[in-house]
Amino acid sequence: MSISPNPVYDLQQIFQWPFMQHAFEAGTIVAIVAGIVGYFVVLRKSSFAAHALSHIGFAGAAGAVLFNINPVFGLLAFTSGGGFGIAVLGPRASSRDVEIGTVLAFMLGLGVLFISLYTGYATEAYSILFGEILGISSSDVLMTLIVGLIILTAIAVVYRPLLFASLDEDVAEAKGMPILLLGIIFMLLVAVATSIAVQVVGVLLIFSLMVTPAAIAQRLTKRPQYAVAVSVAIALMATWLGLFVAFYEPYPVSFFITSIVFILYLLVRFMARIHVLP
Amino acid sequence: MITTRTEAVTAKIDAIPAITADNLSAGYPDKTVWRNANFKINRGEFVAVIGPNGAGKTTLFRLLLGLQQPLSGSIKIFNSRPRRGNSQIGYVPQRHTIDDDVKVECIELVQLAVSANRWGLTLFSNKEHKIALKTLQAVGTLELAHRSLGDLSGGELQRIFLAEALVSNPEVLLLDEPLSNLDIRRGRDLVQLIDSVVRKRNVTAFLVAHDINPLLPFLDNVIYIANGKVATGKPKEVLTSECLSALYEIPIEVLHDSKGNIAIIGSGADTDKEMDLLGSNRCTPCGDEEEERKK
Repeated sequence: MSISPNPVYDLQQIFQWPFMQHAFEAGTIVAIVAGIVGYFVVLRKSSFAAHALSHIGFAGAAGAVLFNINPVFGLLAFTSGGGFGIAVLGPRASSRDVEIGTVLAFMLGLGVLFISLYTGYATEAYSILFGEILGISSSDVLMTLIVGLIILTAIAVVYRPLLFASLDEDVAEAKGMPILLLGIIFMLLVAVATSIAVQVVGVLLIFSLMVTPAAIAQRLTKRPQYAVAVSVAIALMATWLGLFVAFYEPYPVSFFITSIVFILYLLVRFMARIHVLP
Repeated sequence: MITTRTEAVTAKIDAIPAITADNLSAGYPDKTVWRNANFKINRGEFVAVIGPNGAGKTTLFRLLLGLQQPLSGSIKIFNSRPRRGNSQIGYVPQRHTIDDDVKVECIELVQLAVSANRWGLTLFSNKEHKIALKTLQAVGTLELAHRSLGDLSGGELQRIFLAEALVSNPEVLLLDEPLSNLDIRRGRDLVQLIDSVVRKRNVTAFLVAHDINPLLPFLDNVIYIANGKVATGKPKEVLTSECLSALYEIPIEVLHDSKGNIAIIGSGADTDKEMDLLGSNRCTPCGDEEEERKK
């Protein structure tokens, strides 16, 4: 099969397949969630923490596979625990690097152990690390939808205080805002968003949906509301386009998604350099 | 001293001090930073808080913000104890800059400061936007409204922080080293702006600084923190050789130039001789001069 000049026909072809439907559904939810959460990750300079959470999730997913549980549950449990720990141990963002890195390395080691204990070694590890969106079931989609809605509701509630605390933590603290609680909520949001995003791009490529689209959006608009919208749009576009191309080409979806956002990122940086963008 | 009861009451209301400290000691359970501070600051005064690094200037702010409790004694803001989230206080923390990769426009920060504590998804109302614009105008930074926070110069950023602090119409302003990254000219401009805000809005402003000179023409009071002690009063009273020598417990000379600038010079080299020259201390928080002399 190859891409025809008529995209409507192509989409009809693609959506004949239930696995492609599921991939688009899950991919859409994940892109929206990751685009929004990602804006706060970039604003709070927590991309290293997000990266670490996905690695901690690797251990959880591998452990779940070992005990024959859905890897998403393992991911949720480990990333939430890890996120809570990161938020509580190092309330000040600037002091977190070493603590996070220490836990991250240990968790990766644990994941390696779990994977080696499991007989189906190669494929499971591969799909956790790099994503396996084409293998998503309808129950996975339902779960992704529920988790996604929970995240969106939570963000709607904390949006304003979290935004202010992310911009000006000292003043927020002096205003009597619950900085620690906001930090914990934020890390839990990242943890849960990571858990569902791993299905699409995998543990190692989480940046492509969680960080890069938001980083691009920040360079395109200075209003947080708009930046969140642009970030979501970029994540959606990359996911849809990646799925579309991957249907016709024998290469992994996550490769296409990461490539699309990376090219966009380079483009925006270049435009800023030649002063087309501020 | 002879006043009718009504006059006395009116005078009393007008004279509720903005801040009072009684035998106030501050620090941490294992370490007292300074002790026995007594002062009274009236509404609408411009006060400099000065002293060397680590003397406990920011500690005073943390007490006022309710982020830290006094070790002993009391501190009151309009006759009530400090508490976290007091909307009577506008605060500009000590910090150098906002990272230059923060691409969020200035007005957003000022708007958020109006209603940051409102939970739930509500987009900005027109009213908040107008208040934010008005405040930006009041500090002369309307043209920065749509610039990125990360792109501003140090002086511009301090004005935005001032707007952020003023937007909720506070009675007291706490400004922690707003001048530290500014050149002399920008620093002077900012001090003038703060002074005009203090006078126009009748707010009480505390400003932490290292160099007292750019502030001198505007100040009502000085809180000088050093050597675990606090001296307070009019600049003329505090910034004297006698008072500062007593505070630091070493001989200090305060020199004046033709324009009214001062230089504070401490010398411990020839202690005996200089202590004799200084003679008796009239402004004495406490007297450990004997020990100093023996060394």
